[in-house]
Amino acid sequence: MLKLNDISVTFNEGTPDEKKALRNIQLELNQGDFVTVIGSNGAGKSTLMNIISGALIPDTGDVFINEKQVVHLPEYKRSQFIGRVFQDPMAGTAPSMTIEENLAMAYSRNKKRKLKLGVTKHRKEMFKEYLKTLNLGLEERLTAKVGLLSGGERQALSLLMSTFTEPDILLLDEHTAALDPSRAQLITSLTDKVVKESGLTTLMVTHNMQQALDLGNRLIMMDKGQIIFDVSGEEKQKLSIEDLLHEFQRIRGEQFGDDRAVLT
Amino acid sequence: MFISLFGAVESGIIYAIMALGVYLTFRVLDFPDLTVEGSFVTGAAVAAFSIVNGIPPIVATLLAAAAGFLAGCLTGILHTKGKINSLLAGILMMTALYSINLRIMGQPTLSLLNEITLFNQLQTIWNIIALDSVFNGILTAVGMERLPKTWAIVIVMIIVTFGIKYLTDYYLKTEVGLALRAIGDNKKMIRSLSANTDSLIIVGVGISNALVALSGGLIAQLGGFADVNMGLGMIVIGLASIIIGEALFGTKTVVRATLAVILGAVIYRIIVTLALRVDFLETGDMKLITAVIVVAALVTPKIIQSRREQKRRLIKRQQLKVGGDGHA
Repeated sequence: MLKLNDISVTFNEGTPDEKKALRNIQLELNQGDFVTVIGSNGAGKSTLMNIISGALIPDTGDVFINEKQVVHLPEYKRSQFIGRVFQDPMAGTAPSMTIEENLAMAYSRNKKRKLKLGVTKHRKEMFKEYLKTLNLGLEERLTAKVGLLSGGERQALSLLMSTFTEPDILLLDEHTAALDPSRAQLITSLTDKVVKESGLTTLMVTHNMQQALDLGNRLIMMDKGQIIFDVSGEEKQKLSIEDLLHEFQRIRGEQFGDDRAVLT
Repeated sequence: MFISLFGAVESGIIYAIMALGVYLTFRVLDFPDLTVEGSFVTGAAVAAFSIVNGIPPIVATLLAAAAGFLAGCLTGILHTKGKINSLLAGILMMTALYSINLRIMGQPTLSLLNEITLFNQLQTIWNIIALDSVFNGILTAVGMERLPKTWAIVIVMIIVTFGIKYLTDYYLKTEVGLALRAIGDNKKMIRSLSANTDSLIIVGVGISNALVALSGGLIAQLGGFADVNMGLGMIVIGLASIIIGEALFGTKTVVRATLAVILGAVIYRIIVTLALRVDFLETGDMKLITAVIVVAALVTPKIIQSRREQKRRLIKRQQLKVGGDGHA
């Protein structure tokens, strides 16, 4: 489904600030995989997401989606088959437009946009059905401007917008990190539900180890631009936070350090 | 008095088309586009040049719009493909257009006084229907003495302008239009929803300038001349119209916002007309008046808002005090 082949990215090459953000990343996701990605700040998680989404072009290496080489496809073209939810709840929706207009824009993701009305009666009904699955009562507020919604509601809407067209790949970029604990919990369970129901191939970056363990069928740990640990299936189910920290220590020979507070 | 107000509405409704164009860039795309100062003249120049050279006025007017579209697209390309700051891209285009406009006209001013314009033709058709006598009859009945020369322009232009408004409203609700609006609202998001923001911006700025040039072409035919300097301050006039309209009529939906822009353009003309009737003001003061109007329209709602807040707090405090006394 998704294949990254020998991806390397260096920022500020040839200057004192040179940083190897990704080093020879090799990663393959199967159809329906739900992979959680953890790692300390600067490990390259976000860079990895940007490489997949097309916001960044790697120095070397290939990106295949459905066996198709997409490494030179610009972001807007790639987003036909990639859904993405950002960390910032404000980033995934257009605030001065209504809920139904936002959904209509997302609905056009994998089609050519035409000079036809974006919000039709038929689509309204369909949007209502989708919104009902969020259990937030948003289906009654189709014509409310999205800027009036709370951060949690906006993030739930973003999640819906990036999944209801069933893209080939779903990227979740610490999408619960900016929410308060109860809202984060809500979005986490929504994510679990959506991914399970539609079987989307998903890559989720998180700072929350517990979340990384609870969700998904595979977990990868990144450090200094490399994937240093990769478990899946039953092995992952048995993993605990302590195990993860030990694992990091064993591989790197150092403490997970200051990030421990953030991670747990 | 009535005659000059009538004239204000007449030209205001034509300038409203320009204001709609400015609305598309400034508000919808969040692209402060100064091309307007040049493309307004380009519209006038192309229309005047074509008419002088015997092209039917309606075709000439459409050519004006097409020229504006082209100019706008170029600004869009400078900004998106050339990565030039939007403000600077507009200024560059406006500067370049000054020379191009001069080239089109061949001289700084092109007169249309001896030519048949769109409005002359309109007048001819209108006279056959003889509606003027009906309207003027009503005015005479209520005791008016000086009557407008013709109602043709104002009525037809109201229909045309509202037709354009209707098309704009529809366009902004289509799938393409929604994506266009999202560019001004959240560019990152619409890109992640597979919209090609570059081409949307190029077309958006193009359409905006097509409307501006159309307005310029019509104003040239209304006034009977095209002048290379007639676009001076056009952007501020457009902004003034938008801001006045928004302050008075609100922006809750697109339909409402575009209506506000049109009414704002007409009200702006009326304000200027009234201001110019004040004895110590001269025609040359118009730009100053415009600037003052914009400042007033920007500042007044804020002052009213903060006054209201102050009052609300004061009342709250008093209520608390009364409540507190009661307890004590």
